Amino acid sequence: MEYLSFYIVVGYLALLIVLGLVSKFYSRGTSADFFVVSRTVGPVLLLLSVFGTTMTGFALVGSTGKAYTSGIGVYGLMASWAGLMHSVVFFIVGIRLWAIGKKYGYLTQCEFFRERFASPALAYLLFVILVLLVIPYLLVGVISAGKFLQGATIGMFPDLFGLPPLVLPDGTERQHPLHGSIPPEWGGLLICLVVLFYVFVGGLRGAVWANAFQTVVFMVCGVLAFYLISQRLGGFARATEMVAISPFASNRLVREGNMTQLYFLSYGLIPLSVGMFPHLFQHWLTARSAKSFRLTVIGHPVFVMIVWLPCILIGVWGAAYLGPLATGQNPNMILGRMVKELVDSQILSGLVTAGVLAAIMSSLDSQFVCLGTMFTSDIVLRLSRRTYSDEQKIMLGRIFIVAVVAVTYGLSLLLKDVALVFDLGIWCFSGFAGLFPIVFAALYWRRTTKAGAIAATLAVAVSWSILFYRDMLSDKPPGSDELTLFGVLPVTAIFLLSVLAIVVVSLITSPPSANTLRKFFPDERLSRR
Amino acid sequence: MRNLIWIGFWGLFVLHQDFWYWNDATLCFGFLPIGLAWHVGFSLACSLFWMAAMKFAWPEEIEAWAAESTER
Repeated sequence: MEYLSFYIVVGYLALLIVLGLVSKFYSRGTSADFFVVSRTVGPVLLLLSVFGTTMTGFALVGSTGKAYTSGIGVYGLMASWAGLMHSVVFFIVGIRLWAIGKKYGYLTQCEFFRERFASPALAYLLFVILVLLVIPYLLVGVISAGKFLQGATIGMFPDLFGLPPLVLPDGTERQHPLHGSIPPEWGGLLICLVVLFYVFVGGLRGAVWANAFQTVVFMVCGVLAFYLISQRLGGFARATEMVAISPFASNRLVREGNMTQLYFLSYGLIPLSVGMFPHLFQHWLTARSAKSFRLTVIGHPVFVMIVWLPCILIGVWGAAYLGPLATGQNPNMILGRMVKELVDSQILSGLVTAGVLAAIMSSLDSQFVCLGTMFTSDIVLRLSRRTYSDEQKIMLGRIFIVAVVAVTYGLSLLLKDVALVFDLGIWCFSGFAGLFPIVFAALYWRRTTKAGAIAATLAVAVSWSILFYRDMLSDKPPGSDELTLFGVLPVTAIFLLSVLAIVVVSLITSPPSANTLRKFFPDERLSRR
Repeated sequence: MRNLIWIGFWGLFVLHQDFWYWNDATLCFGFLPIGLAWHVGFSLACSLFWMAAMKFAWPEEIEAWAAESTER
């Protein structure tokens, strides 16, 4: 029984391998199938794959830890804001980009921006920025998967991964707390290889199918852990009463004192990032028809609730049950500790570990495929003078996917002990959210010009870099935690500068040609009939 | 009808800010703090709102436009 939880994780990873092989069997062998699933994905698969891609490991582990420290307000801050804003972005941006992508055969965002603004320079500038924003996002996934697997396998492999005992100041020896666990570099490698296998053989089809399976896994595991933990605490009502009477935890039941109204409002900008995620753009292109989006738009807020509500409550209950953390302990350990201390079931531990890995891997796979597609389509096919056959395009895609996985894994080895990697997530989202006005203006404001889009891109790059340096790299006054500007998140300044740049510069430069407008605005074409 | 949808969206945006239960620890159903219950209800309302939007403000023309032949 001791290894049962590990066998469950291995079983889950083996199922992903099988899914990859099955997706290969259903592949049509064309580059369109490898990169955009031949644009045949229906409503249910689109909802599951898009949801799995937008939810990262933070949805299970980070949300529980954040609720432990900041209380119930975290649900509004991150979950219901996402439920509202993701759906509106899918509706106003996703459907229109799907239509344009289908009509002109695009595979990447840069292809759209290149032709919408008749500017190769803008396309290359965006290419660099998008790649630089996706890579830290990948690193967070690989490193956190390795660390989570390490925590889940403590004591399982003392012969393979034994660690020397710690010598305490009084000369006595104590067993190393991580003795016998899979080191993060091995865990990260295992996750990278499994993801690489199913996206290498199946392309985006492999990722879409795996995403759908992974979404079901992490939703079911989260709800199951929530139910079992609540029962061990004496039921839902007893668990929350325990929080209400705890001097340490009771302030978690309100938002007052944990966050301000303005701070809460500024979090509404973060979910706009999905409008510029290159990996989500590629998922949108897989839709069979515009109607495939309906279920995604409607179902997304409820799916977010199903994943986040249990984790928020476990985090708040954890504040009362576990009390203050000891020095050096991280709030991200709360979910694991609650499962271990309250349920102590090898089966549940294995399922929760599989659930967390599913949430992480369902984002990693799409990002690997998307970067491979971008290097193939935006660089090689664009700059090369020769024409490539379908087989050659798929081979190029696979070569770049392997290269991206190798670079990501190499960087994860270098940065696995750098604490700031885990704070990069919000900065990646802030960068993508800052770029949102560009895609919105490109789709809805005819007066947007090439110069305006370039100015907004540069405004985001410069403001993001300055604020990132101030928050992450420069010395901060003691006691200051997260950077805020006048009480709001830095994304507010980045977003407003982006809007200002695109509006002002577009208005003082000459408008795009009538041909461009006819090409990209459906109503322009329809009104001329 | 599409204007109504946008009025609805901004209405939801304001409701999400939840000024009224900001410092209220009353429990709903015996276990759900009212501020959290508000936002859980909000998530369900979002889905219902989008269900209505899909029915009354669906961009029918986009499908036809995407299917039109192109120079490519």
